[in-house]
Amino acid sequence: MAKLIGEAVRRVEDRRFITGQGKYTDDIKLPGMTYAYIIRSPHAHARIKRIDVSAAKAMPGVIDVITGEDVKDINGLPCGWQVNFRNGDTMKEPKHPLLVADKVRHVGDNVAMVIAETRELAKDAAEKVDIEYEVLDAVVDPKKAVEDGAPLVHEDAPRNLAFDWEIGDKAKTEEAFQNADVVVSLDIRNQRLVPNAIEPRSAIGVYDAANDKYTLYTSSQNPHLIRLLMCAFVLGLPEHKVRVISPDVGGGFGSKIFHYAEEALVTIAAKRIGRPVKWTAERSESFITDCHGRDHQTHAELAVRKDGKVLGLRITTYANLGAYLSTFSTAVPTYLYGTLWQGVYDTPAIYGEVYGVFTHTTPVDAYRGAGRPESTYLLERLMDTAARKLGMDPAEFRRKNFIPPFDGVNQPGYQTQVALQYDSGNYEATLNKALEIIDYAGLRKQQEEARKKGRYIGIGFSTYIEACGIAPSAVVGALGARAGLYESSVVRVQPTGKVTVYTGSHAHGQGHETTFAQIVADTLGVPLEDVEVVHGDTESVPFGMGTYGSRSLAVGGSALRKGLDKVIEKATKIAAHLLEAAEEDLEFANGEFTVKGTDRKISFGEVALAAYVPHNYPEGLEPGLEFSTFYDPANFTFPFGAHIAVVEVDPDTGKVTLLRYVAVDDVGNVINPMIVDGQVHGGLAQGIAQALLEEAAYDEDGQLITGSFLEYAIPRADDLISFEVDRTVTPCPHNPLGVKGAGETGTIASTPAIVNAVIDALSPLGITDLQMPLTPSRVWAAIQQANA
Amino acid sequence: MEVPIKVTVNGVLYEREVEPRLLLVNFLRDVLDLTGTHVGCDTSSCGACTVLLNGKAVKSCTIFAAQVDGAEITTIEGLARNGELHPLQEGFWQEHGLQCGFCTPGMIMAAYQLLDENPNPSEAEIRHALEGNYCRCTGYHNIVKSVQYAAKKLNA
Repeated sequence: MAKLIGEAVRRVEDRRFITGQGKYTDDIKLPGMTYAYIIRSPHAHARIKRIDVSAAKAMPGVIDVITGEDVKDINGLPCGWQVNFRNGDTMKEPKHPLLVADKVRHVGDNVAMVIAETRELAKDAAEKVDIEYEVLDAVVDPKKAVEDGAPLVHEDAPRNLAFDWEIGDKAKTEEAFQNADVVVSLDIRNQRLVPNAIEPRSAIGVYDAANDKYTLYTSSQNPHLIRLLMCAFVLGLPEHKVRVISPDVGGGFGSKIFHYAEEALVTIAAKRIGRPVKWTAERSESFITDCHGRDHQTHAELAVRKDGKVLGLRITTYANLGAYLSTFSTAVPTYLYGTLWQGVYDTPAIYGEVYGVFTHTTPVDAYRGAGRPESTYLLERLMDTAARKLGMDPAEFRRKNFIPPFDGVNQPGYQTQVALQYDSGNYEATLNKALEIIDYAGLRKQQEEARKKGRYIGIGFSTYIEACGIAPSAVVGALGARAGLYESSVVRVQPTGKVTVYTGSHAHGQGHETTFAQIVADTLGVPLEDVEVVHGDTESVPFGMGTYGSRSLAVGGSALRKGLDKVIEKATKIAAHLLEAAEEDLEFANGEFTVKGTDRKISFGEVALAAYVPHNYPEGLEPGLEFSTFYDPANFTFPFGAHIAVVEVDPDTGKVTLLRYVAVDDVGNVINPMIVDGQVHGGLAQGIAQALLEEAAYDEDGQLITGSFLEYAIPRADDLISFEVDRTVTPCPHNPLGVKGAGETGTIASTPAIVNAVIDALSPLGITDLQMPLTPSRVWAAIQQANA
Repeated sequence: MEVPIKVTVNGVLYEREVEPRLLLVNFLRDVLDLTGTHVGCDTSSCGACTVLLNGKAVKSCTIFAAQVDGAEITTIEGLARNGELHPLQEGFWQEHGLQCGFCTPGMIMAAYQLLDENPNPSEAEIRHALEGNYCRCTGYHNIVKSVQYAAKKLNA
């Protein structure tokens, strides 16, 4: 039987998508279903003086209108990670109500929910709800928000601080800066982004009064997590009476991790009116209610010796958290950010501090990469800036500072200055491969030639590392996580030898139904079509934490692999009995147990049948062939790589054109290279888009002025090019598949590569820094200024 | 006041009364239960709702159901014939031209019109023709390859 692991197996889930048979939440229509429309605050900061719902309620076809007053005794949405102040004070965690009764705190804050017979009627009725606001001053900039006298988002959070945080050795870092020959520094705006999964969020609440059971359909990346948060922290519902189903989900990129108010609202509304209630976001709502990403203002400094050795790194970041603390919002600018400041360099001294700040803006939480892109951006920008200042080639400068190769088996993991221990890495190898693919020497010559002709071509590097496969529960628990971060599987071998596996992971584009089936098929020696992978329904899948942080394969896949090992162990006992041989005399390959050195064998299917029809069976052994497994990883995993971007800048218009993009990533072992390449492509698009196109911009009153696809530029097909993607393979030493994770590498690496390339292109003009996104107008203005 | 319309969708004639403000995409999804056509925005930007109207790719959120009286419409559900996938569907499958699948129906319908008008498009022409259809998953890399695959197959 041909091996499937490592092969580009065509995805088994695709048939339903290419024929229009995918089933997303908004595609579900239930008998008696009603439709909800949510009235959102048009103001960033305002007191609600009066809400009159009587005219709306009186309209034909309107079933109910729910306001903040109706839900004021219900808990707010929880935050899943506690990050305290440095002085030991507890993190400020103001209530995030399902519907606001008193004061709205960002444009888009939930004010009331109208339920009607149709979507259109609900929207019509919403216009009849009369709300009087007293508009208050707002603050949207995190650095302004901490100033004395700034408007407070929450009265009980002075200076608008949720927490402040530090990591690293301050004294040692000060010393490194004193000993430096050269110090380079950058003031970085890592701008706010809107994730914009193409499927808008959607939720359907159903209540079955006869059985006192709830069902919630929701476009989520982690149905079990939503059930736990909603039942235990918000609504106080018994978990076993609530079923959460996340069917096909049209992209998430982090934005569908979090527990949102609409999920709880449709759940309580379904019971209140005794009919199913569906809510689906319009894109304009997505822009102001899906959690945003990034939004850091950072001062970053690098201390360097004149021979090119990096001595120290010092960071101060103001992280905009928005108006409320979303599920993982506090972990993103701390434990997913500061712990990556080591990068792939053996910098001996690192220190940084982060201020988590409330503002009158949409909450900020994990968006593809989550903290790691922000870390990589400042590091890689500093590296290029320092190389230029020293007159060194940026590739050579990096080479001088790389952590030497280690495999985590024969050599120990690398202990960073910022808490983590890297699992395995060979950083220089990825750079060498990328340089070879792009023909670096030739490229620099071309650049030189082009410059003589007045053409501005630039080459930008990014040699990155990231942490994924989150995460060892005890470690994250010690750091403030309020959940474990293991993953689960159930392997159910059917009596005929077909296999159904249930995973706590969730696919919303990643292709688990294929990748996980490849692992099962290879491990048990059964054909791929004999394997079914089930996810997304809390009634069938074991308790699991879902999919984010590139964790599915490293954590969920490992849980699956361990479950398969248990199946083989038990099947071996049964096979030994049937073959009248000792267990240790058997070998299992290609779906058959064979007595070593003989032709006596029995197939996996026959063993499965015996497990369920145990007439001739080992004494004392339970019937059946099914195992439930929980896998808690020993460490994070650390993918890495080297990306090189080549761009051309048109000096007359400021337009940046991508010429080439080479990505050499090391994500450990690869199960399906086609899917991994696809993940890299998509990640690159989002990272490149941050560099060149996207920005969630607020005006001073707190209005999102890029609140639709007409103002917010997500990349189109003709904004991008075909990418050159390659790999090295350094297996993860601590999980059974040797895999690291591939979902976010492209996003994490590409943003600084592009910006570095543009600055390299414009360096003859003396341009050393630009703020993202590098829109033509911004680049053009910088060129004009440089020429002035 | 409802408006009577007769419209052929995927070869089947439907006679329905519709609200004048009902968008074609909601007619397809809510009235005919053809949920393969998706809604991804409210500004006619994303193209997830693209269908063929009398053979031309249109964004079905930009047109009222009442306007398609007498028309012929093809949605993603009607593209495969007798259980045989259209080369574009095959191409997207073969070349991993989709991840979450949400933009895929619209993307395939937009590509259908491109190949109808230009059987041998260059990469630049493919990218230009699909700029009205957003994909957030693939970075378009494999979508380009999927369309190239279909073009090759259709020309064979």
